[in-house]
Amino acid sequence: MKRGLTGFNIAALVVGFGFLYLPIVLLVIYSFNASRLVTVWGGFSTRWYASLFRNEQLLDAIWVTFRVGLISATIATILGTLAAIALVRARHFRGRTVFSGMVFAPLVMPEVILGLSLLLLFVSLGMPRGFWTVTVSHATITMCYACVVIQARLAAFDQQLEEAAQDLGCPPIKSFFLVTLPNIAPAVAAAWMLAFTLSLDDLVIASFTSGPGATTLPMRIYSQVRLGVSPEINAVSTLLIGLVATGVIAVYLFQLRRKTDD
Amino acid sequence: MKARRDRTSLTALAPFLWLGLFFLFPFLLVAKLSLSETALAMPPYAPRLDWSQGIAGLKAFLAGLDFETYARLPTDRLYVVAYLSSLKFAGVATFILLLLGYPLAYAMARCTPSVRRALLMAVILPFWTSFLIRVYALIGILKPEGLLNVALRAVGLGPVSLLNTDTAIYIGLVYAYLPFMVLPLYAVLERQQHDLLEAAADLGCTPLEAFWRVTFPLSLPGVAAGSLLCFIPMVGEFVIPDLLGGSSTLMLGKTIWTEFFANRDWPAASAVAIVLLFTLVIPIVLYQRQQAKLTELGR
Repeated sequence: MKRGLTGFNIAALVVGFGFLYLPIVLLVIYSFNASRLVTVWGGFSTRWYASLFRNEQLLDAIWVTFRVGLISATIATILGTLAAIALVRARHFRGRTVFSGMVFAPLVMPEVILGLSLLLLFVSLGMPRGFWTVTVSHATITMCYACVVIQARLAAFDQQLEEAAQDLGCPPIKSFFLVTLPNIAPAVAAAWMLAFTLSLDDLVIASFTSGPGATTLPMRIYSQVRLGVSPEINAVSTLLIGLVATGVIAVYLFQLRRKTDD
Repeated sequence: MKARRDRTSLTALAPFLWLGLFFLFPFLLVAKLSLSETALAMPPYAPRLDWSQGIAGLKAFLAGLDFETYARLPTDRLYVVAYLSSLKFAGVATFILLLLGYPLAYAMARCTPSVRRALLMAVILPFWTSFLIRVYALIGILKPEGLLNVALRAVGLGPVSLLNTDTAIYIGLVYAYLPFMVLPLYAVLERQQHDLLEAAADLGCTPLEAFWRVTFPLSLPGVAAGSLLCFIPMVGEFVIPDLLGGSSTLMLGKTIWTEFFANRDWPAASAVAIVLLFTLVIPIVLYQRQQAKLTELGR
């Protein structure tokens, strides 16, 4: 099979990936700029990283964001797994259409609407807005993404293994933990990571549902960006990009090794 | 067998209740609020349901609801412009995304399998990277004293001032949504049988003809999926028009935000949200059908 690349193909790859990566690469490079001016290269320096660790507000926002992410991603993964089992294994139950609709809808709904509706809920329940309202909101949205990821894996998993375990006298719940869960574990881990990054990134929903004392990192970045580009934001962005890229590439290499092992 | 299946559906209980409380119910609140009026109170709307009055309270509450907020929307130029320009931005950006994303996905699909895997990873990576940070990265390039103008000056051109213009919004939309367009396109193009093109060539088709008559028609499900996947969220986009667009640029997502946070007109924000949602129902349903079709093709 001949699959040579034409000049046009190569141009498409260069333009496409250049467009995708150039802004991020420039952002990372300029986070090491000694000059405060974003466009003037004043030599290599890590001073913005140092000043980052003295910025109490920013550190506070990072701490809030990580706690929100850890808790909401965990809730989302548990609920998402349960929802995926129900959607894949229980073909017929009352309210299934409504249920699958509720799982699917948040994936395509504009964030502004989701944020607005959650805020109205917290106002009408008289819940003071803060850490927990953001966490619950994030868990609600990200569980739908988690469910989709786990659902795909669960649908591909051979149910007969589970049935065999049960025929051998294993109770359903035990067979889930002993047979099914180890098999879908990569998807569960991926779902958790996806939920965590989505929570880490979210600006719109957090802005609607957060209150005083629970400013997340994207909210802090957003309010600083509105005042103008600052090298400190470049530094914190670089750290975030590095963290996420390391995680994603590690998972990718891990899966690649598993595939070659098989 | 039957008994076991019934118990499996119990796993739906917790997520069902959670989504009912935190997704469906809030949604009804938005619908209800869009029928209310603004009031100088906290929360700033009336009427409020007074449970202590029993049925009489419920009656008074229902009598207080009306469609006044909706009637206000088409008469206010602000909302009409925001509505139309949201559709325009999303539509034009989807078209540009297709022009840029299709050749990219096509070239990726023609690479050797190991290169393909690496490139696929490279498309997915920005998708995991913070949206806000990626938009922020563009600001540093597009602003008047930004890197684009530095580069243009070096070759004796410019300066151009792009930040806070509609062009900047297009650049931002295309930049942020490119992975969403490339992934579905790549998925259909990668699966395509190369033999088909060879057959077309044997029957006397030039490569370009073969592309238009074989490859492109077969990739239409991917084109539809990618376009809808980009179009739907772009209509309600907030971050990009807010940070890259000018103060005169109106889009629905931004309008909802401003009505809510700046003008404190909660009923108007809710009514705009409901209108936005109804606009998106058709593309969302189309997208869901397309997804179902694609999954079937994949099997």
